[in-house]
Amino acid sequence: MQSITDRDLGTPRPKTTRTVTVEIDHRTVEVPEGSTVMHAAAANGIAVPKLCATDSLEPFGSCRLCLVEIEGRRGYPASCTTPVEAGMKVRTQSERLADLRRGVMELYISDHPLDCLTCPANGHCELQDMAGAVGLRDVRYGYEGVHHLDAETDASNPYFAFDPSKCIVCSRCVRACEETQGTFALTVDGRGFASTIAAGMNEPFMDSECVSCGACVQACPTSTLMEKSVYAHGQPDRTVTTTCAYCGVGCSFKAEVKGTQVVRMVPNKDGQANHGHSCVKGRFAYGYASHPDRITQPLVRASIDDPWKEVSWDDAIAHAASEFKRIRDRYGRNALGGITSSRCTNEEAYLVQKLVRAGFGNNNVDTCARVCHSPTGYGLKTTLGTSAGTQAFDSVEEADVVMIIGANPTDGHPVFASQMKRRLRAGARLIIVDPRVIDLVRTPHVQADHHLQLRPGTNVAVINGLAHVIVTEGLTDDAFANERCDPDEYAEWKAFVSHEKYSPRNVERMTGVRAETLRRAARLYAKGPNSAIYYGLGVTEHSQGSTMVIGMANLAMATGNIGREGVGVSPLRGQNNVQGSCDMGSFPHELSGYRHLSDGETRRLFQQDWGVEIDPEPGLRIPNMFDAALDGSFKGMYIQGEDFVQSDPNTQHIEAAMRAMECVIVQDLFLNETAKFAHVFFPGATFLEKDGTFTNAERRIQRVRKIMPPAAGMADWEVTQAFSNAMGYPMRYAHPSEIMDEIARLTPTFRGVSFETIDRLGSVQWPCNDAMPEGTPTMHVGGFVRGKGKFVVTEYVETDERSSRRFPLLLTTGRVLAQYNVGAQTRRTPNREWHDEDILEIHPHDAEQRGIADGGLVSLASRVGDTVLKARVTERIQPGVVYTTFHHPLCGTNVVTTENSDWATNCPEYKVTAVEVAPVTRLSEWQEQYRDFTRKQEDLLRERASVRT
Amino acid sequence: MEVRRLVKMANDIGAFFERGGDAGGVANHIRMFWDPRMRREILVHLDETGGDGLTPIVREALQQHGHELDPGS
Ligand code: SF4
Ligand code: SF4
Ligand code: SF4
Ligand code: FES
Repeated sequence: MQSITDRDLGTPRPKTTRTVTVEIDHRTVEVPEGSTVMHAAAANGIAVPKLCATDSLEPFGSCRLCLVEIEGRRGYPASCTTPVEAGMKVRTQSERLADLRRGVMELYISDHPLDCLTCPANGHCELQDMAGAVGLRDVRYGYEGVHHLDAETDASNPYFAFDPSKCIVCSRCVRACEETQGTFALTVDGRGFASTIAAGMNEPFMDSECVSCGACVQACPTSTLMEKSVYAHGQPDRTVTTTCAYCGVGCSFKAEVKGTQVVRMVPNKDGQANHGHSCVKGRFAYGYASHPDRITQPLVRASIDDPWKEVSWDDAIAHAASEFKRIRDRYGRNALGGITSSRCTNEEAYLVQKLVRAGFGNNNVDTCARVCHSPTGYGLKTTLGTSAGTQAFDSVEEADVVMIIGANPTDGHPVFASQMKRRLRAGARLIIVDPRVIDLVRTPHVQADHHLQLRPGTNVAVINGLAHVIVTEGLTDDAFANERCDPDEYAEWKAFVSHEKYSPRNVERMTGVRAETLRRAARLYAKGPNSAIYYGLGVTEHSQGSTMVIGMANLAMATGNIGREGVGVSPLRGQNNVQGSCDMGSFPHELSGYRHLSDGETRRLFQQDWGVEIDPEPGLRIPNMFDAALDGSFKGMYIQGEDFVQSDPNTQHIEAAMRAMECVIVQDLFLNETAKFAHVFFPGATFLEKDGTFTNAERRIQRVRKIMPPAAGMADWEVTQAFSNAMGYPMRYAHPSEIMDEIARLTPTFRGVSFETIDRLGSVQWPCNDAMPEGTPTMHVGGFVRGKGKFVVTEYVETDERSSRRFPLLLTTGRVLAQYNVGAQTRRTPNREWHDEDILEIHPHDAEQRGIADGGLVSLASRVGDTVLKARVTERIQPGVVYTTFHHPLCGTNVVTTENSDWATNCPEYKVTAVEVAPVTRLSEWQEQYRDFTRKQEDLLRERASVRT
Repeated sequence: MEVRRLVKMANDIGAFFERGGDAGGVANHIRMFWDPRMRREILVHLDETGGDGLTPIVREALQQHGHELDPGS
């Protein structure tokens, strides 16, 4: 079922600005060239009955309900498959057409249960609507013959049911799975009247390759594929347009609501990042918002061994402020700090950093981007001048060659992966640089041309090797590079990469990537003509993360692959608002818009607006905060929406740092791992409970709109504001839009941004200012933001983290589709059914050597710690390398990862840890301790006493 | 702070600037991104031990640019 407010124009709008004039039902109309008759009619308010057509899919022409008459043509062509021609005269209504359509409907209805009144689609069923539209009054055929009315419902998927008795075999679901999602999980089984829709090899949906994106459910015109939430709650009565709070794709949704009950989430067809598509997380996994684990009363306690006390907001805030003031008086202002959240809105991130700088009087503020994309900020700013990706997602539609480095889009950024797959099916070529065989290496109708299966930790050698081939074979775009970049630096870089050290043969020795594969990939990328790089945390989370980002930018500049559509260097950002939290000045060395604190002019601007002095010295970054906590110089931390006890490396080190602090304030939805070490808990609000904006990976700022009141009574920005007021720094915002107005006032790249601008345009990509009042989809057009593009030499430096006799394997980590980050939200939804524990992938050769069986328990040990999890023996991973995810706290992946980090930004080196794996029969000591500690903390929560006044 | 970690971080920065022999680049990076207490502690380490564990380029950076890095100055 489509959104209740969607208008379906039957077939997609053609991508052209040219028009033709036609006559429909005696009205002369101008329509886009290449429109179908159906689309042309619908766009002009004339609805032709239809069943198998919908404007998100290519026309198919199977139901024959959309017949029309066209002057000068014989018969009754299907309007959904007939393109308009200039001067065409069309009739959509006549007696003959009415007869024909009634006949078609009669056949459909003769095999359809007549239980409309109790059907979940009642009121929004297209079959019902069409029966009405064609004036069907009786059905001459009885139900005695062969029919499908008794077909059993498949309810295996936790979110939607498949009731084949309602199916009209229009194949919209099959086409949605192919065209929209690109998974090809559905087929039409059998022929003619006997045909039915089948998932996978005619198996339950959950056993098939279905990834539960829901595109088929949205495309289905009947209740055959229907959200279980609609069965449970009935039809929604209004929609609110908002933005997904999971990944950095930033899908726009229409939340369909009944009162304040979300009935379902439907991807917004007008969403500029997702064009009406979504993944299982955004569409279905919002149930955490009403999970009983949510804490909706502020809590305080003196020590982490004490039971919690439920207090009023006023008391909680007064207590937190008095503790922070005590710490400031005793240890000095630099003993305090705060963390902004990549899951919260821009306005909330901005407010937390303002509180730290203006209220605490230091720059000890950081954000979760520290541990994911901080090298992106450093690398792209150094080379190009802006700490953000260069393209819009739609740019991929112009790409001829796509190079994916250290990213797994089908799991991490599923909706963009679908868009990318569409382009790849249409003929773009694909290079993948990844230690693991990710799905895109080979998936239905997509196969990578080259998979550079490098050893973890050797990215920079690979990028230098690619550059070596391109430079030495004369495949660079010298005219572009010399004009747009500093020619001396360019010449120096060319000389550097041309050195024999980075010849394909030498690179093969360093990285394990075959010389010939490297050469071919380099040539393919250089020849484009439009080559685009997309990358993820497999690039950044290394000791040379920033160097690698610089290396990719070098390559794009040298081949002229920057500054237009179809090319560029694009980070795929992890969390929904990680771009935004960085933009908002969440890093300890810079103010909003990436302006360094050492810039006196910028500081003065903020000082005037905020009415306080701003410390010109950079503050502590997250890992430095832990180190400072352990040395006794950092005592109080205000953490909004981040769970670093689970997400950051070397868990035991972090746990020790948490215990060393005197006041930890956690603002979150649940008692997460970090909150177990907290002294104050401020209950957070979900994205359904507040207003604001998120900025996605393509710099697109979109609205988050409040659907229901905050469960704890306050939105996150209101809590920060109250805390700031209690700390003695006044904040007086009546609405988040006022915070955005301040951001715009103080940030040149946001000058034109306001809630009003976003509402008017749907979304806007920064920079948005006087020069670009409607935003900037593609960066660096005609010149680089920093002036001349900067080539920087990128020497490959082997990480200190090497395999050894004791730890002979390399661990690398990633994520899965069904879970999000630390899993605090997705683990509290039926998404658990896809992934309820982290699993260690190991190559058969390594498994055999160690006597490890598929599914067996294994210990995973590094020099900093060890944990135990189940093994999966698979050839997806190369010998010598093991892989796991970090979504479940008990699995303790980060007990094993080390404190090594990117040289420039301290982004942890999650992607390379030397480990050993061995079969075991019981959990690790850390896991036993974790269980005990968690049990104790849950008891302390359960025993909480209410002392509310 | 644990000096061993500061030394490792400084050496990692040094490795990036090593090729150009750019000790000024090392010092500038530390100046731009390190909190004052971290800078102070690495300078104390240099004074007390002569820079035990530091690579030559980092030692050079701290020696030549120490005054710019010293938060007290
Ligand atoms: S399940 Fe729905 S979309 Fe698929 S063929 Fe049946 S009616 Fe059409
Ligand atoms: S939910 Fe998505 S993947 Fe599954 S069958 Fe439907 S369209 Fe295909
Ligand atoms: S998780 Fe990402 S891809 Fe999935 S719906 Fe949300 S924004 Fe879209
Ligand atoms: S809508 Fe045109 S044939 Fe079905």
